[in-house]
Amino acid sequence: MATAINPIVNPRLRVQVLDDEEIQRIHTATLEVIESAGVRFPSSRALDIWAANGARVDRDTGVVRAPGALIEDALRRAPAEYTLAARDPSQDLPLDGRHVYAGTDGCGIEVVDVETGELRRSTYRDVADIARVADALEEVAFHWVAVSAQDRPAESRGLHELAAIWRNSTKHVQTESVVTEREARAAVEMAAAVAGGRERLRERPVLSLMECTTSPLGQDGGAIDAGLVAAEAGVPVGFMTMASCAFTGPVSRAGTLVVGNAEVISALALMQLAYPGCPVYYAAAQTAMDLRSGAYTGGGPEDFVFGAATNALADFYHVPLSMGAFATGAHEPDWQAGLENGLSMLLASAVGSDMLLGVGLLNGSRIWSYEQLLLDCEIYALVRESLKGVEVNDETLALDVIRTVGPGGDFLAEPHTRRHMRELWQPRFLDRRPHGTWLAADDRARDWARARAQALLAEHRPEPLDDVTAGTLAEIIARVEANAGVAAGVGST
Amino acid sequence: MADGLFEAMRRSVEEGDVAAAEATARTAVDEGLDPLEAIESGYVPGLSCVGEGFASGELYLPDMVLAAKAMKAAMSVLEPEMKRRGATRSVVGKVVLGTVKGDIHEIGKNLVGTMLSASGFEVHDLGVDVPLDRFADVAGEVGADIVGVSALLTTTMTNQRAVIDTLTSRGLRPTVKVIVGGAPVTQAWADEIGADGYSEDAVGAVTLARRLVGA
Ligand code: B12
Repeated sequence: MATAINPIVNPRLRVQVLDDEEIQRIHTATLEVIESAGVRFPSSRALDIWAANGARVDRDTGVVRAPGALIEDALRRAPAEYTLAARDPSQDLPLDGRHVYAGTDGCGIEVVDVETGELRRSTYRDVADIARVADALEEVAFHWVAVSAQDRPAESRGLHELAAIWRNSTKHVQTESVVTEREARAAVEMAAAVAGGRERLRERPVLSLMECTTSPLGQDGGAIDAGLVAAEAGVPVGFMTMASCAFTGPVSRAGTLVVGNAEVISALALMQLAYPGCPVYYAAAQTAMDLRSGAYTGGGPEDFVFGAATNALADFYHVPLSMGAFATGAHEPDWQAGLENGLSMLLASAVGSDMLLGVGLLNGSRIWSYEQLLLDCEIYALVRESLKGVEVNDETLALDVIRTVGPGGDFLAEPHTRRHMRELWQPRFLDRRPHGTWLAADDRARDWARARAQALLAEHRPEPLDDVTAGTLAEIIARVEANAGVAAGVGST
Repeated sequence: MADGLFEAMRRSVEEGDVAAAEATARTAVDEGLDPLEAIESGYVPGLSCVGEGFASGELYLPDMVLAAKAMKAAMSVLEPEMKRRGATRSVVGKVVLGTVKGDIHEIGKNLVGTMLSASGFEVHDLGVDVPLDRFADVAGEVGADIVGVSALLTTTMTNQRAVIDTLTSRGLRPTVKVIVGGAPVTQAWADEIGADGYSEDAVGAVTLARRLVGA
């Protein structure tokens, strides 16, 4: 049986970082930027579409300057709600503004080996193992490709990664590692095989794509072409800005929001011009550069506020939001990791972001840690329970019980207590033991998390992908490899 | 007289004042000052001062980049004059730098380039998504001491090896040293592909480059 997903629903705690007038000002400034400075689209297909719709296109530089009305009209065609389908329909994820789902983080480079603790290069086997563990966790609603299958050929790596996840989990897959038109065509074909045909895929998109913009004010040509392939097939596609204050965005928060917003909404508008009504989403992971090294910090007050502010923008455009949360800069699952991931997760959820990315990576999305995965899930669960707020009704006001116990006494033996006690949250990885016990045991929450991961790796058996579909996926990949001239056998899954 | 001008030159770099850097350079040309002296006694001390402040953590990256920009502005005014006089400035070394084919990450590579130029290297930045042959082409043309190859993706880091291989097959190695960097790159990877050095940040890249050219 597939693990039921336990997401955040209707968060009761609400945070508002921008008022209506401020959102309108950011929007107006964004349209002005798109019309005056423009956004670079290095894709001839994209330039043709823009030109056909009356935007000013500079063929030499690839810069598109589009009037505000064109952008606004196009964005109005985007559906406000749709569902990310899972291989098992009980795990479908309605993006309806009421849910906040977490996915795994993506494209890690190294893995902390769960047995030896050694740091090593990530492989296909890791992609499969991580998918299998994530399949078992109720906090993980969908997958990104958590680490790269570096033992597979570069030409087909993104496809092997997809196959690995579908073979090891029934949950929805969102890939951020398919960034060319060629790979996107194959990925869509694979998704159609999993969904049961092209038309079924349109109804039940078991795959979605996440592409990056190139701040400031640019797109990646391959990503745009890949996005158009997805949009045509009805596979949801999102564009993520990673503008960084003082480097790829202005030093000010509002300015960086404007730059990123221009990138994202111009890409979404292009998708709507090409395929009106196609499902799209806003994606963002802005940060502030580290003033000393120029590094992308991924964690800090700017990030947290961007998480909240960007949701206000996505709501304004009536599209779902995928928000960079978690993804600590810390080197190990420590104080910094807990603090950064706790706060980014809390703020992005309290505004109702639809998708949060993602759990499990350290060091600015470079190092996979199973310990961090489970600790991040604990953060998710803690925030989920906090956001439930206070339920007020006759049963919860508990007047009868209060009268029965009266002044003094206790509530331990009341049936009301027994009835509801399991609604109190129980930590798995917070240490509440007495100090002496802690000293004697000499272990940490990290150790428990690692043990849990080891157990899941040993025990969890996901619903397998049927042999026929698995065979079809392998054939599609083999064909891509043959066309790319990859030596036979190198890429066998 | 020249002392006051040198002082103004130094300040223009320290303050990252591009207009002032250009203006002082033009004054130097108009007054017939030796451009090499203007660089060494005017602008370089300013840049060194900012470099030290940056290394000690007192100054921030924008200070450094602005100083380098001011320096560059002054240089572009002085260069025609140097050419006219047939003077050449001695450089610590020549570096050809780029992000490999298939990869458009440029932030880290740009920083490495800025820090190298600020430290007296002549940097030929090839940009991003650079065809593999181009590294060897340009290295041959300019007589490079070092080729720096940046790769941020696991799918493109293998191209670092390919760059080394082309340099070897053109007979440019071992005179041309190769340094590599980027998010997925490690010392172990650098060793595996036969690179001469690796650094995980821009400050380390300068130390590395200086060591390789024996400076
Ligand atoms: C910013 C960023 C982007 C920006 C780049 C903007 C730009 N104009 O450069 C954008 C959004 C465009 C982008 C796109 C993509 N990205 Co990106 N990106 C990053 C991020 C967050 C930061 C990189 C950065 O700028 N760091 C700041 C600078 C200062 O540091 P640096 O680059 O590491 O450089 C320093 C050192 O490495 C060293 N160095 C660098 N080069 C050299 C060279 C030499 C010779 C030497 C000596 C030293 C050296 O010195 C530098 C200065 O200190 C990294 C994650 C990370 N934390 O590194 C991911 C990351 C590199 N990206 C990643 C991915 C997957 C992508 C995309 C495929 C995503 C997508 N779905 O579209 C695309 C690829 C596009 C392409 N074809 O290249 C992955 C790669 C992982 C993998 N498995 O391959 C990373 C690791 C993040 C992740 N886990 O997802 N990305």
